[in-house]
Amino acid sequence: MDMPTLWIIIAGMTLVTFIPRLSVIGLMNREMPPTVARALRYVPPAALSAIIFPALFMQDDALALSPGNERLLAGIVAALVAWRSKNTLLTIAVGMVLLWILQAV
Amino acid sequence: MLSNQAQFFAGVRAQLPILLGTMPFGLIYGVLAMEAGLPVSVALGMSIIVFAGSSQFIAAQLFAEGAAGLIIILTTFVVNLRHALYSASLAPYVRHLKPAWKWVLAFLLTDEAYAVSITHYRTTTPEAVRGSNDHWYYLGAGLTLWSTWQLSTAVGVFVGAQVPDSWSLDFTLALTFIALVMPTLTDRPAVLAALVVGADGLPYNLGLIAAVFAGIAAALAAETLGHAQQAVTVGAIHDLPLQDPRLPDLNEGED
Repeated sequence: MDMPTLWIIIAGMTLVTFIPRLSVIGLMNREMPPTVARALRYVPPAALSAIIFPALFMQDDALALSPGNERLLAGIVAALVAWRSKNTLLTIAVGMVLLWILQAV
Repeated sequence: MLSNQAQFFAGVRAQLPILLGTMPFGLIYGVLAMEAGLPVSVALGMSIIVFAGSSQFIAAQLFAEGAAGLIIILTTFVVNLRHALYSASLAPYVRHLKPAWKWVLAFLLTDEAYAVSITHYRTTTPEAVRGSNDHWYYLGAGLTLWSTWQLSTAVGVFVGAQVPDSWSLDFTLALTFIALVMPTLTDRPAVLAALVVGADGLPYNLGLIAAVFAGIAAALAAETLGHAQQAVTVGAIHDLPLQDPRLPDLNEGED
């Protein structure tokens, strides 16, 4: 691909990324209906989980529930650490170190 | 009320721990973009103006496979559609701002900036936010992430090729999201929302949006049911009354 084509694709990616981000923020001028407001409370747990679950449970596009799935084990321990400590740095550190240990043994 | 500057730096501080997960991710994107044969300017430019980690990852892979431009743009759209939910979630808190502010904040709306900002906003109410300067907090968090993303991308582009795959640095992203999601599981409907999403066939792309909606619907149903039984959640956010300890627990002995 030549440079102009690449930049047109990047511009297109920027547009289709920005439109969802701006959507409701840019359009909303009235109060939110109460049911919608209630539903939005569950956006963080639902949306973040949708990214986490495939990262832990999938290996090479297949479901991996065996103890050989090091990422699942490290992720579960990291979740416990996050739950007890509410500490992001500690969660990432424990998760990574555990993953390295599991991959080494 | 805190000064604008104080709010800004409070947002910066709240974002700092998350950077540990963002930096390796940006580095890996830089490496992938180089391996895909993208020119340096395009690889860095994508981080600067698209600014969406997961979709940049996928785009780099698609470029490497020689996919058509339209496919790359469509895939980006699908992967980033979840940001519309974040936009809806934050909208009540930024409704009073001028359009220029809304555009800047919308541009900075990533998973990480969203998680930090919504956590901050939920300590207050949309009504109380009006006339306040909490948007400076969001700006601080968002700009911190944006700057870090540029730096780590550049490191990946210029020196990253020496980082071996066996370090599994991409796992830091999942760990970051785990750290962000656990504090949001404050009540049973929220836990249910997370579990339903997980049980929904490990979603990807369009399936991701469908799974998120299923999770939210399940949580709402559980919440409605919970209200009917007066078994109101613990530690709920401001619009839910905490259970009065003097009331008899109607659930007792039923579970």
